[in-house]
Order: sequence, then C-alpha cells, then structure tokens
Amino acid sequence: MSNSKGLGGVGVFLDDRTRGAAPARRFMRKIFPDHWSFLLGEIALYSFIILILTGIFLTLFFQPSMTDVVYHGVYHPLDGVRMSEAYASTLNISFDVRGGLLLRQIHHWAALLFVGAIMVHMLRVFFTGAYRKPREFNWIIGIAIFTISIFEGLFGYSLPDDLLSGTGLRITQGVLQSVPIVGTYLSFFLFGGQFPGHVIIPRLYIIHVLIIPGLLLALISAHLFLMFHQKHTQMPGKGRTETNVVGAPMYPYFMAKTGAFFFFVFAVVALLSTFAQINPIWLFGPYNPSGITAGSQPDFYMGALEGALRIMPNWVSNVGGYTIAWNVIIPAFVPLGIIFGGAALWPFLERWITGDHREHHINDRPRNAPTRTGIGMAAVAFYGVLWLEGANDVIAAQLHIPLYTLTWIARVSVFLAPAVAYWVTKRICLGLQRKDTHLLEHGVETGIIRQLPSGEFIEVTRPVSEEVRAVLESRTGLPQLPAPAPGEPGEGVPAPSERGAMGKLRVRLNRVLTEGIPVPTGNGHGNGHAELREGEPAAVPSGADHGRELEAGSPDEEERPSGH
Amino acid sequence: MSDTPNPNDTPESAGQEPEEPRTPHRIIGTPPPAQSRAMLADETGDHHEPPPELPPVPDNPVRARRAERIVAACFLLSALAGVGFIAAYVGLEVNGLDSTLRSNLALGTSLSVVFLGLGVGAVLWVRNIMPDVELTEQRKPLASPPEQREEFAETFNAGAAASGFKRPLLRRTLLLATAPLAAIPLVLLRDMGPLPGTSLRHTVWRKGMRLIVYGPNTPLRPADFSNPGQMITVVPEGYQDNQVALAKATTIIIKFAPGQLRPPTVMNWTVDDIVAYSKICTHVGCPVALYEQTTHHILCPCHQSTFDAIHGARVIFGPAPRALPQLPLGTDSQGYLIATSDYHVPVGPSFWELGGSGFTGGNES
Ligand code: HEM
Ligand code: FES
Repeated sequence: MSNSKGLGGVGVFLDDRTRGAAPARRFMRKIFPDHWSFLLGEIALYSFIILILTGIFLTLFFQPSMTDVVYHGVYHPLDGVRMSEAYASTLNISFDVRGGLLLRQIHHWAALLFVGAIMVHMLRVFFTGAYRKPREFNWIIGIAIFTISIFEGLFGYSLPDDLLSGTGLRITQGVLQSVPIVGTYLSFFLFGGQFPGHVIIPRLYIIHVLIIPGLLLALISAHLFLMFHQKHTQMPGKGRTETNVVGAPMYPYFMAKTGAFFFFVFAVVALLSTFAQINPIWLFGPYNPSGITAGSQPDFYMGALEGALRIMPNWVSNVGGYTIAWNVIIPAFVPLGIIFGGAALWPFLERWITGDHREHHINDRPRNAPTRTGIGMAAVAFYGVLWLEGANDVIAAQLHIPLYTLTWIARVSVFLAPAVAYWVTKRICLGLQRKDTHLLEHGVETGIIRQLPSGEFIEVTRPVSEEVRAVLESRTGLPQLPAPAPGEPGEGVPAPSERGAMGKLRVRLNRVLTEGIPVPTGNGHGNGHAELREGEPAAVPSGADHGRELEAGSPDEEERPSGH
Repeated sequence: MSDTPNPNDTPESAGQEPEEPRTPHRIIGTPPPAQSRAMLADETGDHHEPPPELPPVPDNPVRARRAERIVAACFLLSALAGVGFIAAYVGLEVNGLDSTLRSNLALGTSLSVVFLGLGVGAVLWVRNIMPDVELTEQRKPLASPPEQREEFAETFNAGAAASGFKRPLLRRTLLLATAPLAAIPLVLLRDMGPLPGTSLRHTVWRKGMRLIVYGPNTPLRPADFSNPGQMITVVPEGYQDNQVALAKATTIIIKFAPGQLRPPTVMNWTVDDIVAYSKICTHVGCPVALYEQTTHHILCPCHQSTFDAIHGARVIFGPAPRALPQLPLGTDSQGYLIATSDYHVPVGPSFWELGGSGFTGGNES
C-alpha cells in the first residue's frame, strides 16, 4: 500500500467526494476462505446474472399477448396454424432472430442451473450448520429466494404458451381452483375469468420480468450484504478459530478467482445451450385446452410437486354443500410446506434444544452433527421420493414395473425412505466419528509391518499431521443440557427450563441431537478439545465478552454418551 | 467493508469522526500490531519480521513465466472466438430450422470458447502467477457493546418521548387512518376478474349442438365409427377456436360393442353404444388423452388418474376424485351426433362450491 504514486487521478477525484479510500482498502483486503462448497452460492449468483442479461434480450422480441394470430413464418411445419402472439413471437425468437435460439436456450439452462445451485447450496449450508447464529437471517432469506425462484421459473416457462407449458398452467389453475373457500375467486381474479382467458400471459409476463426479478434482486443483495458484514464461515482447520477468517484477500485473489468462475458458469451454460436442446417449443405446438403431449415432463424443480400430486389418493370431503379437495391441497401445500417451513424453523428449534446461543463461524463437518445430518438426509429422501414419483411414468416404462405398483411403492416409501435415510445416515456419521477418534488416538496406519522382539508383528502408525489433527479435533459436540435429576433434592433440581412437559421434551430432544462419540481427551479437557492452542478459543463463545453464556449447562460439565 | 461504517457505531457516531477506524488492530494489513496477521503458509513461528502480506513476486518464477504464455494464449483464443462469434452472426443467415441450428452451433461454440478462454486463463493466472498467500483477518463480535445498546435505547426513547407518540388520541387515530389505506390496494385488485358465479357448473353444450371432430373439424355420424374401441375427441360446433369454451367442453366419445357398457353409464345418453365423457380430468384439469382398448381404461397423462370407460368412467386409480361426467348424446335429423343437453354435473377439477351433488361416479377401488 506504500505505493509512491498514491491514488491515481480517478481515485483522487472519487475520494475527494466520498472519503472512500479507507473503506475501499478494507474491501480489497476482505478475506475469503476457500472451500469448494462455497462456490455453490456463486453458481446461483452467476446464473442469476446470466438470467437477467439473457432475459433482457428476450424482452426485446417476446410479445406477451394471447391475441390469436395465424402463423406464416419461416418454420414451415406450423405454417397456417392459429396460435397466440406469445407463441408466434417465441417461434420468431427461435427462428428469425439471429442468436435468439441460443439466448433462449441459455436463459432456460441458466434457470435450471440457478434453481439447482440454490438447492445444493442450501444443503451445504444445512449440513455444515452454517445457518447457526448469527446467520439465521440469511438462512431465511435464502429460503425465500428459493421459493420465489421456483415461481419465477414456473412463470417464465409458461410464457411461450406452447402445449407443454399451457398444460403446466392448466395444472396450476386446477390447483388454485381447488383451494378451499377462496380458490374459485383466486383463479378467476388471476386468470381474468375462466381458464385460460386472455390475460394470464401478460400478467405472468410482468411478474416474470419485473416483480419477481426485482424481489430477487433485493433479497440477493440483502443476502450478500449480510454475508459480507458477518463475514464468511470457514471449514475447520489449522489456524482457523471462531474469531478469525483465514483465506485469500478479495483483491486480487478472490476477484480473479470469482471472475474465472463466472466465465466457467457462463461457458457451461453456453455449451449446454449449444449442444443440448432444451424446450423445443416448435415441436409441442401452440397451447390448446383439448390437446396434450404424452410423457411430457415439467422443469426439474417442479418434479416434487408433480410427484406429490401423483402419489396422493383421491380424498375429498363434502361438508355442508362445499367441497374440500384434499387430493389436491394436501400434495400442493403439505410436502413443500414441511420442507420450507421445517427449514425455516430449524435453526431456532436447534437453538432451543441445545441451549446454544453462541456465535458459530467454524462450520461443522456433517459427521459431527449426526442427528442434524440425519434429519437433512431424511428431507432429501422425502423430496427425492416425490421427485422420482414425478417421473413415475418414465420410470415405470424404463424398469417395466406396472405404473400403479410404482405409485404404491412411492406411497409407502415417502414415509419409509426418510426414516431409513435418517437412521442410516446417523449410523454412518457415528461410524465416521469413531474412525476420526481412532485416527487421533492411534495415528495413520503406514502399511509398514515391524516384528517386535517378542516375535509379535505390529503395524507402524504415525501420528496424524497437524492439519488433519485440527480438522479431526473440530468435533466439539453439541451442547448438552444437564440431566434433570428430579428425585434428589439440593443441587439436582432441574433448571427452570427443564421443568414441565416442554422441558422434558426439550431434554429428550437434546439427548437425541447431541449423540456422538467423544473426542479423545488429550490433556484432560472435558470438552473434547485435546489441545487448545494459543489464540484458538474454538469452543468459547466469540461474543462471550458481552454475549450470553450457554443457557443451561455447557459441554464441559457433562460427559457425552459414548454412542454405540 | 466488514469494518466500514459500522451499524454498531450509529448511536454515538453523531458526535464523532465517522470514518475513524477505532479498532485498527482488527483489520488485516494495518501496519502495527504485527500479531493481528500471520503468514500461515510456512513460517508460522517467525513473529518478529513479518513478511509482506502479498509478496510482489510469484512463488516460482520459472513456472510463472511459462504460465504467462499459456494464459496469454487462452486470452488470445478467447478474443479470436469473440471475433468468430461476430463473424458467425453476420455470415450465417437464419431462415428455418436447419439454418437456425447451424447458426446456433456456430454462435454457441464461439461464445463458449470466449468464456472458456477467459475462465481457464484467469484460473491459471491465479494459480501460477499470483503468489500463494493465506491471510488471517480477525472477527469482531457482532453484538454491539452494552454501552452502545444503552445509548441506542436512550436515543430511541428520547425520540419517542419528543414525538408525543404516547398521546393515545394521536396514536389511535393514526392507526385508524392506516387501516383503510392498507385495504385500498386489495380493493383495487377487485376488477382483475369477474366473480365466478355459477360459470364453473356449465359448459357451452346445449341441446341439439353437433359434435365436431377435433382437428378435422367435421361433424360425425354414428356409422363413421368403423369398429368398436376407437376414442375420438370432439368439441361443440361453433366453438372450435374458443379456448375458454374448450377448456371445459372438450369431450371424448368411445364406441363399444353392443352390450359392453355397464352402469353407472347412463344408457339412454348413448347412441349405438357410443358414449361421451368429458375430456377434462376431474383432478386438476388435464385432457384425459390416453385410451387403452383392451382394458377400457381412460388414462390422464398428467398424474395417471384412470377411469373405467365401461362403468360410467368411474375412477379406478389415481388422484382424481370424481368420474368423468357423461354427456347425453342423440342424433339430429341428418343423423349427426348431437348433445341432448349440457353435462348434468360440473366438469373439471373440484372447487369449493362444487358440493356433493357433483359426485356421481365411483371411487378408487
Ligand atoms: C431469475 C430467475 C429467472 C428464471 C428462473 C427464468 C426462467 C425462465 C424460463 C424457464 C423461461 C422459458 C424459456 C423457454 O422458452 O425455454 C423464461 C422465459 C422468459 N424470460 Fe425468464 N427467468 C428469469 C429471469 C428473467 C428476467 C430477469 C427477465 C427479463 C428481464 C426474463 C425474461 C424472460 C422472457 C421475456 C421470457 C419469454 C421468452 C421465451 O420464452 O423465449 N426472465 N424464463
Ligand atoms: S389432471 Fe388428470 S390426473 Fe391430474
């Protein structure tokens, strides 16, 4: 920074007016920890930028109108066919505008990548516990971004008004119409009357190109601002503590790396759009409520909803002359409600169960929180079964299983698979913990066999490297609430928060959540931290100076159960 | 950024230099104190003479020189591909499927190479030319110190007191004023669409209306069915291009062998063993387009609701709760198939106001 030239002319001009030199300098020196999984959010961000860029191009040519026209364009198979202007203009984008097909396909592929990257990014955040205090806001913002993106994709996909997307819109309308009490009205207001009407495409258009992108932009900005302000989490490792960030500075390292990454994301999307055709709307034909293409699949992010609709038995109730369409409203709202609602509540639930009010900046390795990881995998299994069921006709045809049998299998697995996933994941995590403990205690097997004077053969082991040790020792375990000891008077009286039914439930949940294998205690520290190196208060609340201590008990007061 | 105009400072920043970095030791790169930063790459122990945070030379000058040439080649390739893109744009016409696909291939490939060249070049640059560093930045606790919270509360309360917001009359009338204001946007949405009324209960089918074959647009005589087992989609005459009408009125007709049809099919709504059902699935409204002759199953391709065409199109599998409504058929004086009335129950997906009378068919067995 002791550059003799100092600020250049532009810099002086700007700084004269903003006093920005110091903040800009800190910005350049902001530290970004490195881990491949931190790139997932970036994929989502860059796909979003690609979507905006290509979307603006598409708006220049797309006509959001349901007016009937007769097509006489360059795509001869549809010559003379009646269609909406929206569909005709999408044909024009594809066949008359140079680069139009490419940008349409880039837009669509980027949409898939966007939603896909968000999903995987969310899983990363969940499984590493990166949503914990102080990052709950960003977790909730992320869930909102995810939810809105799904609608954005659905609406965008509906714009070309082809037979496939029109069928999707029909399903959307059917679901809306089935909502109790207000459904009929919602549907009539949204569609300007009966389905399909003449206004839905222009309405979806303005939602797709203005309202939701605006919302997403605001939410993504908030997300990034908070991330910047709170600084990144980091994976456990040597020299990484709850009170520092270790990595490369923004300028020039992160800038160059993330720039490269943007180019890669764009290159991948461009390659896909060059070689993998997507949404060839000219093959589907214009929308017509009498027709349908068989075996058609929606975009992948609608798969779980589609599967939920397929899996559901045909329950309805008629009460006092009114109809409650359980067969539609349960699959439409319950499964995703469980996943989104559960995800939104989880950080607070976990905090209540563990009584852990500390800030967390070092991520958990998934194995070190077996119950959380198990719950996450249960959600993945639940979603996965629904998603697969969304393609049950394709799967049935491929595997030669009767369709109805497959649906019945899915009806059972949607309950069974999450339970199995939970149990198996937890066992695997505990197994991995045991392996880590073994590594810490006995070191790495070198493969060298030595004969002892006694004639016995042993394998030579060598202690794990410091880097590995730091990672292995990151397992601090989740805080355990003290066991209530109701019978004994005196010190055994449970803390107020452990009394009553809720308190008992809380302690029970706490026992499940904190299950784990103890870390070998190198120097007798009860908290499983073999060595606390200087300046590494990993298990100490970083906000301890004026933050709250653990609400009830701390890991040091209790022995953790030794698993199984 | 992290330590920039810190929201924590707000309460007291009024009387203070706003940009004064008050905790310089937390910021990496600030000259002293040296212990706030550490080169962790190798010489962790050496705290006395901290090396420069960002060494100005590459770790391996030989490798860097070689990398420089490769990176330059990547960027050059990218530039060439960019020119290629423009050339393909100018040179390749699009006027149909084949030419479009050719243009797409050329434009897409060149665009991909533009970005690949830039991406690969930038990564090699970072990896081989920029020195490998790992810096450490200290975190500040996110919570404000208690004094600042205190000061915030004081400032807030002072403002609240000065505003006179505690006066109940002001507060209540203000709240009262905002209540209708909040309702106005909702009220303004009212004209987005008409009220449903009973429109979901009817279709455009009327007594005497001919059945028109969807596609060829021709009326149909019972004799036009050469053999049993055929399923044909028909629409009401005069509404072939009316999407709103078709979304409810589209109908399928199936010809059976004599005596095949069974209750609850209404026999006197059939003509010559031809039966007509609504094509709009009672699940969420897809057209039920698939018919399996051997089993007489009508299948909805969307979520596989299956209806038994012989037994009044009752549901035998899937999420649809109601049988497909049956359209009463007859023939006109010229022998063409006509409807003898509208459907007797609402067609399509369930809705709140449907009620039990909409259910005439069986349930999943
Ligand atoms: C942020 C997330 C976005 C997603 C997930 C998304 C998704 C989609 C999808 C899946 C399609 C259908 C493409 C196809 O025909 O195959 C589409 C169409 C379209 N999108 Fe977007 N989009 C997004 C943002 C935008 C933005 C910001 C704009 C404009 C400013 C835009 C403008 C359009 C237009 C005009 C169409 C219709 C043209 C066509 O279908 O070819 N989109 N969008
Ligand atoms: S719309 Fe027919 S099964 Fe869903």
